[in-house]
Amino acid sequence: MTLTNETIKQRLIEKFEGQVVNFDEPYGMLTFEAPKELNLKVLQYLYDDNELKFRFLTDLQAVHYPHQEGRELAVVYHLHNLVDNVRIRFKVFTNILQPDIFTATNLFAAANWMERETYDYFGVNFKGHPNLIRILNVEEMDYFPMRKEFPLEEQTRVDKDDEMFGRS
Amino acid sequence: MARPVQYNLSGENNVKLVTEGPEGHSGEGFFATSLDKVVGLARKNSIWPLPFATSCCGIEFMATMGSHYDFARFGAERVGFSPRQCDLLMVMGTIAKKMGPVVKQVYLQMAEPRWVLAMGACASSGGIFDSYSVLQGIDQIIPVDVYIPGCPPRPEAVLDGFMKIQDLVGKESLRRRNGDRYKELMGSYGIQ
Repeated sequence: MTLTNETIKQRLIEKFEGQVVNFDEPYGMLTFEAPKELNLKVLQYLYDDNELKFRFLTDLQAVHYPHQEGRELAVVYHLHNLVDNVRIRFKVFTNILQPDIFTATNLFAAANWMERETYDYFGVNFKGHPNLIRILNVEEMDYFPMRKEFPLEEQTRVDKDDEMFGRS
Repeated sequence: MARPVQYNLSGENNVKLVTEGPEGHSGEGFFATSLDKVVGLARKNSIWPLPFATSCCGIEFMATMGSHYDFARFGAERVGFSPRQCDLLMVMGTIAKKMGPVVKQVYLQMAEPRWVLAMGACASSGGIFDSYSVLQGIDQIIPVDVYIPGCPPRPEAVLDGFMKIQDLVGKESLRRRNGDRYKELMGSYGIQ
């Protein structure tokens, strides 16, 4: 018996009584969203269930949508069922003014560094993370460079003519 | 005596390496000149480079070290990998901000007199990496003597840059490192 997107969707709707929403299948990959308070419950359910078996965290990152007020930051989990070879994408949205999300490190050890990276670049505060410090950038950095309000270019540089170099 | 390297320079025969010795008085069986010049001559023909290679410029440098371009002709046969033994820090490649303190520490571990060569666009100015994570030129953290332009520079350019360093080394006064100007320069980088 193969695990279909339809089955996963039905199971999630039954279990969480409509709190898991916005189901979509871009390029055949099931994508859905849940309130951020439920992120661990959903991940745990997907992990524990003997039919679903999403026990591998492929990737974890964030996206900044500056125009969605109140839900500017999306934290995205990519999960993999290694037995049936099925992948899904799970998103939770949070307010950028209080970007608190429960950490997934107790469920997936791999989440440790991924959450540090997400914190490093987007400033998502993973509550309960054992060591939430910058992982890639210098410790002195005082902003989150992947948030859209910060220009990509190095701002300390004075020798480049902005117009000539296509900088904004 | 070094052998001529004039073949790549069209119409220019007076190549630095083949010029005769420093000014001085010579007679039968003796030659007298100033200590500065002798020391300069010795130093410039036995520079120990420390390659700090992080990317594609490092590959070009490997070609420069090879038999075809033969960096050893310039007395730089011995590439050292301990900063304490070396005279010339060759920074080749992109230096990320996180790498900055490492470069500075390597520089600090070198004994005076020391020289620095920035090879390529990235080491000199950040190059194409106009980004939050990349140091926009190593001269933000350590003083640089010679910059080699290019992305990456060809081995000929590296040799040219190295000869410029040799020029500086040969002409440097023995007292320069004790001077106020030098101390001021070091002070501006926060180095004692």
